[in-house]
Amino acid sequence: MSSPNKTLPGWIDIGLIPLINIALAFLVSGFVIWLIGEDPIEAVKIMINGAFGYDEALGYTLYYTTNFIFTGLAVAVAFHASLFNIGGEGQAYIGGLGVGLLCLLLDQYVPLWVILPLAIIASGLFGAAWAYVPAYLQAYRGSHIVITTIMFNFIAAALMNYLLVNVLIARGSGSPESRVFEETAWLPFMHEIFAWFGAEITRSPLNLSIVLAGFASIFVWFFIWHTRWGYAIRMLGHNENAAQYSGIDTKRVIIGTMCLSGALASFVGINEIMGVHHRILLEFTAGYGFTGIAVSLMGRNHPVGIIIASLLFGALYQGGAELAFEIPTIQKEMITTIQGLVILFCGALAFMIRPTLERIFSNFTQENKTAVVE
Amino acid sequence: MTVEQIATSRSDVAGGQTAPPTTSKTPAIELKSISKSFGPVKANQNVDLKVLPGTIHGIIGENGAGKSTLMSILYGFYEADSGDIFINGKKQDIRSSKDAISAGIGMVHQHFMLVETFTVLENVMLGAEGGSLLNKSSISARDELLRLSQEYSLAVDPDALIGELPVGLQQRVEILKALYRGAEILILDEPTGVLTPQETEQLFKILDILRSRGVSIILITHKLQEIMAITDRVSVMRAGTMVSERETKDTSKNELAELMVGRKVLLEVTKADATPQETLLEAKEISYRDEDGILRLDNVSLSLRAGEIVGIAGVSGNGQTELLAALSGICPLHQGSITIGDREITPQTPSSAKEIREFGVAHVPEDRHRMGMVTAFDAKEVAIMGYHDDSSYNGTFLMNTKAVENHCRQLMQDYDVRPEDPNLKSANFSGGNQQKLVLAREMDRAPKILLVGQPTRGVDIGAIEFIHKNLIKMRDTGSAILLVSVELEEVLSLSDRIIVMFEGRIVGDVSAKDADACQLGLLMGNAGEEGTGTPSDNAVVTGEVSR
Repeated sequence: MSSPNKTLPGWIDIGLIPLINIALAFLVSGFVIWLIGEDPIEAVKIMINGAFGYDEALGYTLYYTTNFIFTGLAVAVAFHASLFNIGGEGQAYIGGLGVGLLCLLLDQYVPLWVILPLAIIASGLFGAAWAYVPAYLQAYRGSHIVITTIMFNFIAAALMNYLLVNVLIARGSGSPESRVFEETAWLPFMHEIFAWFGAEITRSPLNLSIVLAGFASIFVWFFIWHTRWGYAIRMLGHNENAAQYSGIDTKRVIIGTMCLSGALASFVGINEIMGVHHRILLEFTAGYGFTGIAVSLMGRNHPVGIIIASLLFGALYQGGAELAFEIPTIQKEMITTIQGLVILFCGALAFMIRPTLERIFSNFTQENKTAVVE
Repeated sequence: MTVEQIATSRSDVAGGQTAPPTTSKTPAIELKSISKSFGPVKANQNVDLKVLPGTIHGIIGENGAGKSTLMSILYGFYEADSGDIFINGKKQDIRSSKDAISAGIGMVHQHFMLVETFTVLENVMLGAEGGSLLNKSSISARDELLRLSQEYSLAVDPDALIGELPVGLQQRVEILKALYRGAEILILDEPTGVLTPQETEQLFKILDILRSRGVSIILITHKLQEIMAITDRVSVMRAGTMVSERETKDTSKNELAELMVGRKVLLEVTKADATPQETLLEAKEISYRDEDGILRLDNVSLSLRAGEIVGIAGVSGNGQTELLAALSGICPLHQGSITIGDREITPQTPSSAKEIREFGVAHVPEDRHRMGMVTAFDAKEVAIMGYHDDSSYNGTFLMNTKAVENHCRQLMQDYDVRPEDPNLKSANFSGGNQQKLVLAREMDRAPKILLVGQPTRGVDIGAIEFIHKNLIKMRDTGSAILLVSVELEEVLSLSDRIIVMFEGRIVGDVSAKDADACQLGLLMGNAGEEGTGTPSDNAVVTGEVSR
């Protein structure tokens, strides 16, 4: 209250501002669509319908959402320690390798309920290990985490290329993929789960991983705001001197945080490898790791925000694909443009309209106050 | 003291409004009922101020009294909600610092606005280059700079790099910068905070010369002795209003303090003689080099005994920060040893901030924003810093938020931290209350050893009294206290033993009873090698400053 900066109430800050930003992004997108001679209103209708309009569409949207939640949480956790983890892509890739290896190892011997927890652990360990090296280099050698994590994305890609082409490739196969797992190692699809309860929904890649994403979000919320370890992470992120003063071993916190971040990103592997593809293959991460940065930024590094932002990006992916399919003149590049505009307005320009809103709001409250006085 | 052009009668009473000075001269500055609000906070309410030409006018008040806001309005950083500004009798509309400069107002900020990698000349020209080609204007600027240096006896080498000049000279450049822009009215915001007593004296000499050349000066400070030493008139601000105006020669430190706070204050610290007991901490010949390889601590030896306050005097940046960091385990030792109880810490057997805290060593850092707190955290989170692993705040996995909150509320009650809201963001507390929260956290566990840096920096007089009392109380219950402060008066009044640091070395170790400000000031500036002025000269004037 005593701060001279005008502050806005929470509902404007985390509710209205993002909504206006999204509206602005769509306004500009609409303008671009109008420029190439298509009807923007029609395009929006197709997009929304394509993302939420029927159960299959919703399934796809939520399947993408699952990936974004994992990578968004990964970026957010690191960000709380003021570490910028750009390596979600590589960590997810290597995490998928861990999942895949475990499934290849055990799928003929044990049932799913044994494989699943082991797969989660394997995935987490592989992803954490991939994040450990850049974290160690940052903590003890001062190599900047942004540079090293980017490089580790490339190393991960090269490693997976090598393994799939030379080692894991299925016997007699021409494409660089492992053999398909036995069905014991398949995560149930949501349409299967619904079928157990007698409800029928259309097939989609949406699987049990979305539940894991929910648990991960809850875990992150508790961990960051309600444990002493999260306290240490946040203190390091806000003020390194204060952390040292408080007796926090900053090097260990950096490494621990990055390992947790890597583990969260790696769960993309559960969704993709165990949930959808049922084999190890090339480039299943498809840029989710990078989009996770935008998701975290938009979600203000908070699990609730990340879930909402993931849903938005899931809808953009799915609705965008639908749009490109329905209106051939709108190509894949246009979808990328729309996604780019959303990132631009919600991320980079997130505070652009804030001063204006502050002025409007303070005028409004002042008028209210004088009205009461008079 | 040259007191000219001063009103002959004094008609104001305590708590009354500004007295109109009965003079025929037009005031250099006249502010008429200036008001400024930030949201619900009224920073200035109907403030009047008259500064006569060729005088030094002091403005004194606690933190948050509105001094800085008023000067920011005068210098065009803020626009007043209402009220008028008259410069030399002419109404002026000052909307930016550019307007202020063209009206002949110059400002020397508390934190210098200088480019360290530029030379003196380049800094003086910056923003007043007077053309797109530097060469030509730099020749005329050099002439003008030399002329000003001579006229006002402000000797400074135009080609010296700012970063290599001592603080006192940097300030001189700031003054020259203002004069170069044609300032006839000079505002100095807390100008002595970073100076030694000797440098302060130099500054006051400069101000005296400027005054005799007809420059009008506004001096903002919270140090009463400075007001008494140099000003002609003084205005007291409290809670956004101008509560009183006095002629300096007719007032006293006690009266001003009372006007500032609005009640009687104890300026002197009352304490019994110390009864030092056993040694709790012993540092032997410790040295520390920073990351750039500069020797920050050079063979420092000292011991802290139970029931004794050891004060470290020195101009900031002479190793006090590193001493606190080394003793509290934040920075490593490169030589020597520290013994606490039966643990000996050496470069081979290093310790950590965590371990040292477990030995019962509490540490109030010099700069609370840099180290002592996290401004983005709630008060309750700040209240457990360093103790956050403690079992009383933690379950197996989850932190016990209720326990943390209750602990914070208790601290706030015991140490009078306002507002008493553990869930308020710590950045939203005033400086004094932030400091009280940090002190409460460190003092509450009755530490055996308390390392405390600048306990009253940016804290208002009322809170200073409270903090000093608590430090004495801790000493009397048998704690060993190491006090680092740049306020010489504070070191003098609290300490039982005083150590003077200069360039990482201990250059003096005296009993507080035998110490006086003059002697310490000379040690602080290391006058043994090369002081700032002749010793006898300093001795006389420093005595006056610290009376």
